[in-house]
Amino acid sequence: MIGVLHPGTSLVHRTPALVKLALLAVVVTATAFIGSLAWLAATSALVVLLFAAARVPVRVALRQVVPILWVLAFAVPLQVLFGGWEAAAVMAVRLLIAVALAALYTLTTPVSATLDAMQVLLRPFRRWIDADRVGLALALTIRCVPLLADLVREVMEARKARGAEGSLLALAVPVIVRALRTAEHLGEALTARGFDD
Amino acid sequence: MSAAGTAMGEIVFEGVSHDFGDERVLEDVSLVLRERRVGIVGANGSGKSTLARMINGLVTPTVGRVVVDGLDVSRRGREVRRRVGFVFTNADNQIVMPTVREDVAFTLRRHRLEKADAAARVDAVLERFGLTDLADRPAHRLSGGQKQLLAIAAVLVAEPAIVVADEPTTLLDARNARRIAATFEALDERLIVVSHHLELLEDFDRVIVMEGGRVVADDVPGIALEAYRALIA
Repeated sequence: MIGVLHPGTSLVHRTPALVKLALLAVVVTATAFIGSLAWLAATSALVVLLFAAARVPVRVALRQVVPILWVLAFAVPLQVLFGGWEAAAVMAVRLLIAVALAALYTLTTPVSATLDAMQVLLRPFRRWIDADRVGLALALTIRCVPLLADLVREVMEARKARGAEGSLLALAVPVIVRALRTAEHLGEALTARGFDD
Repeated sequence: MSAAGTAMGEIVFEGVSHDFGDERVLEDVSLVLRERRVGIVGANGSGKSTLARMINGLVTPTVGRVVVDGLDVSRRGREVRRRVGFVFTNADNQIVMPTVREDVAFTLRRHRLEKADAAARVDAVLERFGLTDLADRPAHRLSGGQKQLLAIAAVLVAEPAIVVADEPTTLLDARNARRIAATFEALDERLIVVSHHLELLEDFDRVIVMEGGRVVADDVPGIALEAYRALIA
């Protein structure tokens, strides 16, 4: 979702965000409860087919899934130890399916479509919840990930340049100060763009 | 004349002072801006950015009042912000959405336009600033110059009558600074630019020089910029 949209005109791209969100919720929930290898194999095949239908290049798809492999590298041995090979395999495949489907959603759905979908979902609660505000909070959360990543990288470079590579203080203080300053600037920019209530 | 006693098309500062905590950053500034392109120069801490922010209502005066098109920015800030767009020094702080197209469209979310109208406006402004080919690219991965163009596009899509830019070329290399300067040159909107790049302001209609929170020179660019050069020499 953080700027990883892979634009296209496939059926997967054209499917409304609400429908995709609903299908994502149903399949991931079902996968969490149904542990049969046949179901997991069929769902895995479906995920591969959907990626192919969306014409997402293999390299782009793998870039989304690879980070979870690091988690599995720690989690699978533990699961083998406490639950056996089969439980570990089921857990790993479930996680891969969930991550791959979520990645497919973000690769094929603009954030603005997600915000619109959220407004539709929250419409029944508009007396109590400001859908615009929830959407804005989501957009800002997504925006802050690359912003903070850049900020941490710059501070780590500065720390290295000063020869203070091991110092947690030299990392934490500038990151916190700059993050707060960035938040203030972002708030000011939002006000200037009319999001001032 | 409007209800506030000022004419449409005027930006009026009436005896404006502003304090940040115990520090006075603007001292009794009175100005009437009617020109199409106005530049503001001054050293760091001279109060020029505070002055510019007041036109958009981002900062309100501690003393005095600022009136834009007859609207007091302290009381009717939201209406003023619909007329006045603001471009910040660091475009990164202005980008909210992940892709270029989405970020430009984000400005219009509060305008309650029909989807087709909003999309047409976004396409037009992307075309105007040569961003069409980058429309689906991640906004935070653009170059500095492209990000500043995006920031300007995201402001202009709302069709403000006045654009205020606070040091829009400060973080850019010479090539990108020239590109942004050329972009400003081509704008039809009224323009108020705070800048350290004096050549950017040479063709403006009026230049205001700030020092220690006060206006120390206010004239055509030739005279005002000469006064500023003498001040910092």
